[in-house]
Amino acid sequence: MTTPTSHPHDEFTCKEFVALVTQYLEKTLTPLQQATFEAHLTDCEGCATYLEQMRQTVQILGRLDESSVPAEGKDRLLQAFRKWKYE
Amino acid sequence: MNFNQQEPNALPTDEFELIELLRAGDETAFMLLVEKYHRTMVRLAVSYVRDIRIAEEVVQDVWVGVLRGVHRFEGRSSLKTWIFRILTNCAKSRGKHEGNYRLFADYGNFVKADNMPDDDEYATTLAQYFDPSEGEWLDHWLDFPQQWPSLPEEQAIWQEIQACVRQRIDQLPPNQRAVITLRDLEGWTAHEVCTTLEISQENQRILLHRARSKVRLALEQYFNPVPQASLKEEESSP
Repeated sequence: MTTPTSHPHDEFTCKEFVALVTQYLEKTLTPLQQATFEAHLTDCEGCATYLEQMRQTVQILGRLDESSVPAEGKDRLLQAFRKWKYE
Repeated sequence: MNFNQQEPNALPTDEFELIELLRAGDETAFMLLVEKYHRTMVRLAVSYVRDIRIAEEVVQDVWVGVLRGVHRFEGRSSLKTWIFRILTNCAKSRGKHEGNYRLFADYGNFVKADNMPDDDEYATTLAQYFDPSEGEWLDHWLDFPQQWPSLPEEQAIWQEIQACVRQRIDQLPPNQRAVITLRDLEGWTAHEVCTTLEISQENQRILLHRARSKVRLALEQYFNPVPQASLKEEESSP
């Protein structure tokens, strides 16, 4: 197993950025982490794109059209409801 | 089916009022409540039991349980939390009964992120961008992700995007699917999800992160298809 090369300038890496992106969006980073994250963001085009795409992903997820309850299930529930009401 | 003639979303915003309507046997209120939560409940139930058919059965039973129990409901939690608590209890015991209880119970005791089981599929999504042979200190993009086009107004394309996202969600491990459904499709808060699924904040976030990362990758492959040869993600979940 090779020893990792030493970390240049204690740099915050793109891989770390990607790993922390949800914590950033959830606002659960510590103030120091957040400052480091945002500093990296202003310097790195790739990470800025990645963050934007995670935001777009969340936006798309929130816009999915959902199918409604199938009629058959609804009928059964209606029957169950009436049974309950009059039992 | 007279509730179909009612205004959609006509559930009273005041929860006490809603509970009173349910107790009084108001059919419209009940069916609107069903309309609001049923599909989410089925999605969640399917995380605990073998298949969608059993999940539907569980949810049917839960609704009956809700009707029977609403007289005893004391309002110490929200109605939604109460309903979903009944759901997770029913789904868990049904899953256990079937020898299929494999999901959130496995995470119940974990408090540290380090204790989350590895997710090879998630690791694969990262391997697309960061060359593991470079060593962990040189973790910078192999290639920058390409920007996506702005979201289309065209209905046909939007349908395609939705199909792509839905398909990816359906293939997620059940716990990730449950979390992303509640958080991003249904708009629940992290706290609500943790309470309902009985998982820590940290595990909730990890599951959400992994799920979103995979959906993002699916979208990337949709927006910017790459040659098949460079696609490493061949393994699909069992």
